[in-house]
Amino acid sequence: MGMTITQKILAEHAGVPEVKAGDLIEAKLDYVLGNDVTAPPAIKIMKQLGVERVFDKERVCLIQDHFTPNKDIKSAELCKTMRCFAREQEISHFYELGRREMGIEHVILPDNGIILPGDMVIGADSHTCTYGALGAFSTGVGSTDLACAMARGITWFKVPDAIRIILKGSFKKFVTGKDLILHIIGMIGVDGALYKSLEFEGEGLKSISMAGRFTICNMAIECGAKNAVFPFDEYTLRYIAKTNPKRFSSSDYKIYTADEDAGYAQTIEIDLCDVPLTVALPSIPSNTKKAEDCRDLKIDQVVIGSCTNGRLEDIGAAAEILKGLKVHEDVRCIIIPGSQKIYRYALEAGWLQIFDDAGCVISTPTCGPCLGGHMGVLAKGERCVATTNRNFVGRMGDTGSEVILSGVPVAAASAVLGRVGTPDEL
Amino acid sequence: MIVTGKAFKYGDNVDTDVIIPARYLNSADPEHLKQHCMEDIDADFVKEVGQGDIMVAGKNFGCGSSREHAPVAIKASGISLVIAESFARIFFRNCINVGLAIMECPEAAVAISKGDIIKADFDTGIIENVTKNEKYQSKPFPDFINGIIANGGLLEYTKKQTQI
Repeated sequence: MGMTITQKILAEHAGVPEVKAGDLIEAKLDYVLGNDVTAPPAIKIMKQLGVERVFDKERVCLIQDHFTPNKDIKSAELCKTMRCFAREQEISHFYELGRREMGIEHVILPDNGIILPGDMVIGADSHTCTYGALGAFSTGVGSTDLACAMARGITWFKVPDAIRIILKGSFKKFVTGKDLILHIIGMIGVDGALYKSLEFEGEGLKSISMAGRFTICNMAIECGAKNAVFPFDEYTLRYIAKTNPKRFSSSDYKIYTADEDAGYAQTIEIDLCDVPLTVALPSIPSNTKKAEDCRDLKIDQVVIGSCTNGRLEDIGAAAEILKGLKVHEDVRCIIIPGSQKIYRYALEAGWLQIFDDAGCVISTPTCGPCLGGHMGVLAKGERCVATTNRNFVGRMGDTGSEVILSGVPVAAASAVLGRVGTPDEL
Repeated sequence: MIVTGKAFKYGDNVDTDVIIPARYLNSADPEHLKQHCMEDIDADFVKEVGQGDIMVAGKNFGCGSSREHAPVAIKASGISLVIAESFARIFFRNCINVGLAIMECPEAAVAISKGDIIKADFDTGIIENVTKNEKYQSKPFPDFINGIIANGGLLEYTKKQTQI
């Protein structure tokens, strides 16, 4: 039987001609990632193992983004631990706050041209699965796995079975990758792809931008998937030509395609015209509804940003909708560009002025409110529409607060309307 | 290895945000984490849990964030074993790595009630409900996984292996 894209990347990095679902393999890693929450315990474990140096200082990425700029003394200590380690180990991909390369891990690793097609990546962050959008294999692990991977540059995997998602048609106006992935999670449930990979294909891919693909792969974990992957096409090509011209021009990346006879545990066909503007109501990402059916839900806050929807296209879409409008008097609207580069672009493009005129808060890049860290924590009884990835109990603050997940157009429209709404109402 | 304890029972899709809320992730110290374990889903857990007790849950236990702080918090609280119908994959791997025993057993996950006294044998995979006088069979882990758990996690296991 043939192999899926995921299985081919795993086989290549394990140095074997073939793998099949269920095989246990050891594989070489191209990049290893940790953040200010997960890297400090990993650094401690690596030292306890007696390992002095990371396997490759160019291939270990240590990104401060969760509680930065530091929200309290303890989080400052976490970042200090990571910063000292990064200096001692001469880590290339450690960026100080405010610098042009800095930002949210899953936004900057692709946008800075670090991850390329065919790469094999693990990260001590569950949304590491984002990079599948580039035709790479990437998945989340914990701090102990990160420690061992920083030390050795290899780790073990169980080869996943796959769910094939065939896309046709094209999105209706304002519908994005976020609506599609929420739609899929609603269909199959939060454990619908447990231990499996999601493999996308079909002519509908043409309707999904790179930003949309990153969003889709980012949230694959929310249906339990190990990873998600898009095939390489002209969109991927254009993206990497821009993000890493050097490796692009020397063809220093690898394109994998699924075999005709690859095996899949399940096949799902979706016509993109049927995907509505979708929200996930509290307190589980599979609790999806059409946004238009939730118009009676009043809100207190909107968050536009995160590793899911803080990309250039997302911030641009928010600016387009909010231009000339005012945020509803009962709502705080927090805009968080995913990286300093996006922040600068937004400044030069006049988007920040649009947000400011509309009455939004504009934040430095941070994960912040997504995980109830800082920069927009909710009080009991408050409700937020967020372009983030999780709406679990207490995720953004008090256990009596609520998070409704949506794409950028619904979030921006809701900020103006003071309730869940859609851009066509504006 | 055999463990015995009273059961704490939870439902499906218990996520790592309720196991240990992110507002406490500014420290990875087990003594700090255990004080807030399960706080957002069961405020009494910390007061009621005893050394060796057992946690029982439904499908997809540990879904969400990759924070290893979640199994660390459960282990530090005194829990000796988590039985679930299924586990989210990152959590599953993290449990083994930090030496928190887990068993996948849909039958036990349904049959066990809060407060039941449970005795579990990791080598045979047999879970005994002493209170209800029932037995459930789970698939035991291979020896090397049981070895990692018995040694308290991958770190101690690896240290031991490299000393040999």
